[in-house]
Amino acid sequence: MWRCCGCKARTRKQKGKVGTLIYRIKRLQQEYERRVVLDVEELEIGAGEMFALVGPSGAGKSTLLRLLNFLEAPTRGQIVYQDQVVNGNLPIETRRQVTTVFQRPVLLRASVRANVAYGLALRGQRANGRVDEMLARVGLAALADAPARRLSGGEMQRVALARALVIEPRVLLLDEPTANLDPYNVGLIEEIVREQNRTRGTAIVLVTHNVFQARRLAQRIGLMLNGRIVEVGDARQFFDAPKDPRTKAFVQGEMVY
Amino acid sequence: MDELVRGLLQAIQLIFSADPALYEIIFLSLRVTGFALLISALIGIPTGATLGLSRIRARGFITALLYTGMGLPPVVVGLFVYLMLSRSGPFGVLGWLFTPSAMIVAQIIIAFPLVAGLTMAAVQGVDPALRVQVRSLGATRAQELWAVLREARLGVVAAIVAAFGGIISEVGAVMLVGGNIEGKTRVLTTAIVLNTRTGEFSLALALGIILLLLAFAANVALLRLQGKN
Repeated sequence: MWRCCGCKARTRKQKGKVGTLIYRIKRLQQEYERRVVLDVEELEIGAGEMFALVGPSGAGKSTLLRLLNFLEAPTRGQIVYQDQVVNGNLPIETRRQVTTVFQRPVLLRASVRANVAYGLALRGQRANGRVDEMLARVGLAALADAPARRLSGGEMQRVALARALVIEPRVLLLDEPTANLDPYNVGLIEEIVREQNRTRGTAIVLVTHNVFQARRLAQRIGLMLNGRIVEVGDARQFFDAPKDPRTKAFVQGEMVY
Repeated sequence: MDELVRGLLQAIQLIFSADPALYEIIFLSLRVTGFALLISALIGIPTGATLGLSRIRARGFITALLYTGMGLPPVVVGLFVYLMLSRSGPFGVLGWLFTPSAMIVAQIIIAFPLVAGLTMAAVQGVDPALRVQVRSLGATRAQELWAVLREARLGVVAAIVAAFGGIISEVGAVMLVGGNIEGKTRVLTTAIVLNTRTGEFSLALALGIILLLLAFAANVALLRLQGKN
């Protein structure tokens, strides 16, 4: 029980730093076939912040992201997105403010340009140069007309990132976006994400099992274990003065799981 | 051998002869099959897509039904439609028996399971992660379905090609419900049967060659659709 109380106290203390909230989660539970895979007592995410969620695979991080992207309805509890309680009849305009880049990019059987323009096409918007601008930003201008499925893994992930950014989401969810990528692509993607957060104020929730990536990017970090959030803290505090022994073990790479 | 050569020559002659009776037969073949194919596609593609995407419990049973339907003997379909449309049948009042409408109905019954079954298989072959990805990008339900169909388009076109091949060359059903009436319900396949029976082998052969050419041209057109990105 002490864990929950501690968690709450910390979250409250942080409210001032977070500013306006974009997500408020309360007693959220997700079950798959009567097995609880996610059990988050409380979590708040600020508009425009870069929040990272670390933890071993199977901890429930991806499940939480699916819920934040309104792709699933929670079994119990509540997610409030910008003062709207998330339920089955969220207006499409609201749903379209959030998008995810998944670990494995799923591209359409079409050109790179058509893939990046896809989100705009869904919204009935014309590209008007935005797509080409975005392609240049991710370093793929030269491959604009190439079939997207012929690209390398890193290039595909950059297409997926460009496709997500071109719709100017308020929240960008990243689910292990650079797992299995080479350092060059990791660096490139991290830089684009960082810039998006700093200059455009896009809120970013990054899920990763890589604590170094979390440290490089995030302002606030949470550790997730077995579907529960163990500790949330400022990046510095999370690494240098973790309150929970499990956080300490995890950031030092000593956790056995 | 003689018969074959004569048939070939006559076919070429016929094609360029502008014989109105021949063109009537070709036109009716295309009209009946085209209509049947269009309606089968309009019902079959959404049905197949829905079945391929849903996780309903009865899907196994429905799949078995559809796959059985893919192998329906046209003559049995013809018999069934005949009984339905005959004067004492439930749809006798329509007066469709021995008209092109009856032939279209029979061909829809043959083509529908092919379109729906093969579309279902194609849709099931699309990466399930694609649906989650497009929904995450803001797709509505309809847009999601459309994205999956677009990804499955190679298979969907194959379904239409298979259905087209199945019904343009089919003779049992159109013969039974159409009656092979000259100038009214005579199509290429029934004309071939008639001419073979009456010993007009070269004419039958000529019609057969025209049928093959038509099928070839239609398939080339459909495959161009498949190649388009």
